Amino acid sequence: MIEVKNVEKSFGDAKVLKGITTTFETGKTNLIIGQSGSGKTVLLKSLLGIHTPDKGTIAFDGRIYTELSDADKRELRTEIGMVFQGSALFDSMTVEENVGFPLKMFTTKSAAEIKERVNFVINRVNLQNANLKKPSELSGGMQKRVAIARAIVNNPKYLFCDEPNSGLDPKTAIVIDNLIQEITKEYNITTVINTHDMNSVMEIGEKIVFLKEGILAWEGSKKEIFKTDNEAVVDFVYSSNLFKKIRKAQNKEDE
Amino acid sequence: MLVRYLSQIGRYFLMLAEIFRKPTKWSVMRSLIFKEIDDLIIDSLGIVAFISFFVGGVVAIQTALNLTNPLIPKYLIGFATRQSIILEFAPTFISIIMAGKMGSFITSSIGTMRVTEQIDALEVMGVNSLNYLVFPKLIALLLYPFVIGIAMFLGISGGFIASVYGGFGNSTDFISGLQMEFIPFHITYAFIKTFVFALILATIPSFHGYYMKGGALEVGKASTVSFVWTSVTIILVNYILTQLLLT
Ligand SMILES: Nc1ncnc2c1ncn2[C@@H]1O[C@H](COP(=O)(O)OP(=O)(O)OP(=O)(O)O)[C@@H](O)[C@H]1O
Ligand SMILES: [Mg+2]
Repeated sequence: MIEVKNVEKSFGDAKVLKGITTTFETGKTNLIIGQSGSGKTVLLKSLLGIHTPDKGTIAFDGRIYTELSDADKRELRTEIGMVFQGSALFDSMTVEENVGFPLKMFTTKSAAEIKERVNFVINRVNLQNANLKKPSELSGGMQKRVAIARAIVNNPKYLFCDEPNSGLDPKTAIVIDNLIQEITKEYNITTVINTHDMNSVMEIGEKIVFLKEGILAWEGSKKEIFKTDNEAVVDFVYSSNLFKKIRKAQNKEDE
Repeated sequence: MLVRYLSQIGRYFLMLAEIFRKPTKWSVMRSLIFKEIDDLIIDSLGIVAFISFFVGGVVAIQTALNLTNPLIPKYLIGFATRQSIILEFAPTFISIIMAGKMGSFITSSIGTMRVTEQIDALEVMGVNSLNYLVFPKLIALLLYPFVIGIAMFLGISGGFIASVYGGFGNSTDFISGLQMEFIPFHITYAFIKTFVFALILATIPSFHGYYMKGGALEVGKASTVSFVWTSVTIILVNYILTQLLLT
């Protein structure tokens, strides 16, 4: 569980996060949604420790990041997996080397043990026969899988994904979303996903945090999001006609 | 404008300090160093050998053509070739070429890692990315004086071959010119310069790649800017070191 309390962050004069308080729950896929520029990435990077909040605290199962010693911070970092928006695979390394990288850097495992674990997670993300390929030889969807494999290889307790399915076709996007959700359940991970894809919301939105201009404007589950009267949420979720129709149909069904 | 330059310079020195903090695991670092030796040093030998040999030849021919007065002894060809190659051509001229070759390679490879979030990925995992990326380059460039040594040797050989086989003088003259008034400190001076240039070649292009912003287009621009600053710095440092060491 990650508890965010009153987090504020400014860049110069621009206040980007204006006091965010929420919790991201263990074993669930937690989604941060909101318009472009609402502060999603800044919030995610604050959770990751790439940005330091000006105010407020972030606690990882009780451990407040900013109050940890350097050694404890490093320890906590090894419990974090991150899937970047553009996958961020090391392009000088093969798939196998990419996935094994965190193990090689931060564990005392032998080469054979690393190989075994790497093969296991590569299979887990359904990527066979790609071990020796370079990232540039893979499709976008395959790169995402490698990024997920690298993020989970060291058994993280916390998994962060910045728009994991941007740039993918809708079908592949859903496969990736489901994969993340399955892994979250399987290993009881606290997963936080940053997205503006409504398909993801409907597919895996167990807990949704809606940001608007740096304020947490609404939170709830995917069931609740279709019923809420919160104007900002309705405005965001039903910005397209297709979704407006779905909302009508859904509400009729419920009556 | 001035403030911006000063803050850039400040950031450059902060970066230098950061390179040595929180070192990467030795087993990983070792293979990174070998890779950099391959990419930066071994890969440069061909072009360095080619340029040195032919420029050495040209220096000898030009000196010979300018010695039209029959009273001036022929061994001056060997002497002038030796002096210009050891003092300036090999250390400085080759380093400027390397600012283009190695420098743009370093800036574009680190810059690409920056724009594709690979550097963020390293940081999130808890890797000190400056140590991981720049330290192995610094170590690899400790071999740079060997490159310059080869340039000196081939430059003089080129001069010898051009002058003897081009009919500008005989080999005895050239060799006695090479040995004439030899000041060992000139070699020390040349290698002190080389060592400082190696540090510049490793760090300034890294700085421009590491702190770049933007996308693929900016990577190209950063390489150009990096070449300009690296060569300007080499020229200035060359002037300062010459003033300090030789006068
Ligand atoms: N490093 C930074 N320095 C200054 N301002 C920043 C920085 N990072 C983000 N911002 C500003 O913070 C605001 C929120 O940005 P953020 O990247 O969090 O948006 P987002 O919700 O992730 O949008 P998108 O959906 O487009 O990714 C923007 O106005 C942005 O300009
Ligand atoms: Mg974003």
